[in-house]
Amino acid sequence: MAKAAAKTELQAPPEKLVQRRWGDAVFERTSLLTALSVFALLALTGYELAHGSRLALHKFGWRFLAGSEWNPVSEQLGALPFIFGTLVSSAIALLIAVPLSIATAVYLTELAPQWLRQPLTLFIELLAAVPSVILGLWGIYVMVPWLREHLFPLLKTTFGFLPLFQGPIYGVSMLAGGIIIAIMIVPIITSVSREILRSVPGLQREAAYALGATRWEVTRIAVLGYAKKGLFGAVILGLGRALGETMAVTMVIGNTPQIKASLFAPGYTLASVIANEFTEATTDVYLSALFEIGLVLLGVTILVNVAAQLLLKTFGGPGVKPQN
Amino acid sequence: MKTKSLLIPLVALSACFLGPDLADRASAQMLINGAGATFPYPIYSKWFDEYVKVDSSVRFNYQSIGSGGGQKQILAETVDFGASDGPMSDANLAKAPRRLLHIPTVAGADVLTYNLPGNPQLKVDGPTIVDIFMGKITKWNDPRLAQQNPGVKLPDDDIIVVHRSDGSGTTFIWVDYLSSVSKEWESKVGRGTSVNWPAGLGGKGNEGVAGQVKQLPGAVGYVELAYAVQNKLPCAHVKNSAGNYVAPTLDSITEALATAKIPEDFRFSMVNPPGDKAYPIAGCTWLLVYQEQKDAAKGKKLVEFLNWAIEKGESMAESLNYAPLPASVRQRVLERIKTIKY
Repeated sequence: MAKAAAKTELQAPPEKLVQRRWGDAVFERTSLLTALSVFALLALTGYELAHGSRLALHKFGWRFLAGSEWNPVSEQLGALPFIFGTLVSSAIALLIAVPLSIATAVYLTELAPQWLRQPLTLFIELLAAVPSVILGLWGIYVMVPWLREHLFPLLKTTFGFLPLFQGPIYGVSMLAGGIIIAIMIVPIITSVSREILRSVPGLQREAAYALGATRWEVTRIAVLGYAKKGLFGAVILGLGRALGETMAVTMVIGNTPQIKASLFAPGYTLASVIANEFTEATTDVYLSALFEIGLVLLGVTILVNVAAQLLLKTFGGPGVKPQN
Repeated sequence: MKTKSLLIPLVALSACFLGPDLADRASAQMLINGAGATFPYPIYSKWFDEYVKVDSSVRFNYQSIGSGGGQKQILAETVDFGASDGPMSDANLAKAPRRLLHIPTVAGADVLTYNLPGNPQLKVDGPTIVDIFMGKITKWNDPRLAQQNPGVKLPDDDIIVVHRSDGSGTTFIWVDYLSSVSKEWESKVGRGTSVNWPAGLGGKGNEGVAGQVKQLPGAVGYVELAYAVQNKLPCAHVKNSAGNYVAPTLDSITEALATAKIPEDFRFSMVNPPGDKAYPIAGCTWLLVYQEQKDAAKGKKLVEFLNWAIEKGESMAESLNYAPLPASVRQRVLERIKTIKY
């Protein structure tokens, strides 16, 4: 701006140019306003949640975060089991979804024959369009029975020495919740990863081939290495969705506020308890505590995202950044 | 207010499509807003549909946002009537700017459903149900279950308890009953639309509980009677306070209503009534209306509707699997409606 101002002093620009600059300024301000509205929205959401939860904040203080009892009748309310459930189910989801999505994206951009790419991409995007309540019902009637009859017993006999896979098998469980979230975030991570891999310059690949690299080496070093930062961004987008997933998770996670080492045990998430209990919460403190759960969810989401960004700064190299 | 502001453009829009003649009528139509309980939503929407034939000058808009929201909105007077599956607490009622009336409309019941090989007809008493839900009776062949069910082959399997995870009137009726038969339940768990369950898994909605019970061999859970009837789920017969094992039917619920002790303000719990044929796990649902109506025209229409609902509307209840109020209670409710001033 300073430079532009200096120039106008030297010589008045032709009228047409001034007009265009005025248009530019309007455009700049408008887009600045829309960009700021994102901050405003987040701040307002935070304010509203904090305002709604002031009764609970006052009554429980920091104990709310550490309390592991959730008793609406006696109004002993603590959020720890829900925070635990949200973090664990999202972690399971990422463990399953990330390798699956990135492998799919690599196949779609590097290996698949041309005629297959378009239809396959379409199917993945269709998966993203399945409403979560439908996925949840499918979870109750198809996925959970299958997990209970086949996968869980297999895990128990193979890895039963780990505390993660011990205890009674009900089907509905933390693991089932994680798996359903994984199914829901695969499309978004795949789509974004695919766009990122497509934007890796062809020269990268050609150069690697020229050095005598095999196809695997080209993909691993020239493509994935180059796109590392962008892929990480895709994973963060998926994580954001995983943390907030509600309906489908509620239907298969078992909705029991407890902290258990076993993934076969039922759990509960922050988003689920709000969806479950908000409509029938009649006392003020109880309702306020549900608002505070929302505030905690917002906090957890922000913290996880910040942590991920820091991780990226520390370990990420140069390369393609995510487009959206 | 939100619904109102949404409806105005809707009405205007429909006026454009329907032409001037109908548009006049649409704008002259009065809109009465209500919000609250989800459990009675099917019967209420049927009533509102039918009532248009009786009085076309008034239209009802009912949002089934849950009992908590219904109580909040009527207290804030953002709606003309509220609806709740549980009677309002003294603390909430004290917040009302004027006297708020509870108008009972229909009753429903909770049934104990289960998943056993061949699904035999089970009989249970209250204390047994309490101990199952406390996690104290953990096997199907427990002597207390076997003793009440001679001739039924009960397997040596674990009992898996399934309860509602979402706050609901169904849960309120269930824990109200458990509290009424067990002091221990009352002090350790208590009554509420959501409670801290000592045992079991949570399923979302009737369909979530029924789905899990159907899928899990050895599971037991509670669902609303209407849902159990529509989906042909096995339902246990429950021992009532007269000592009889009673099947959950609309008749046995109406019998429960007829023999329950109903106080003057209609805020009552009808679990464990003394009647011989009464099913013990039932509850009522209420409309919440101010005794002094601010808007005279609206108040008049609302009272007319309430009278119609209790006199004529009750007969539609059974087709939707709700138990209608018995004649004795209906008479008392009509008397109460007469006291509404506008």
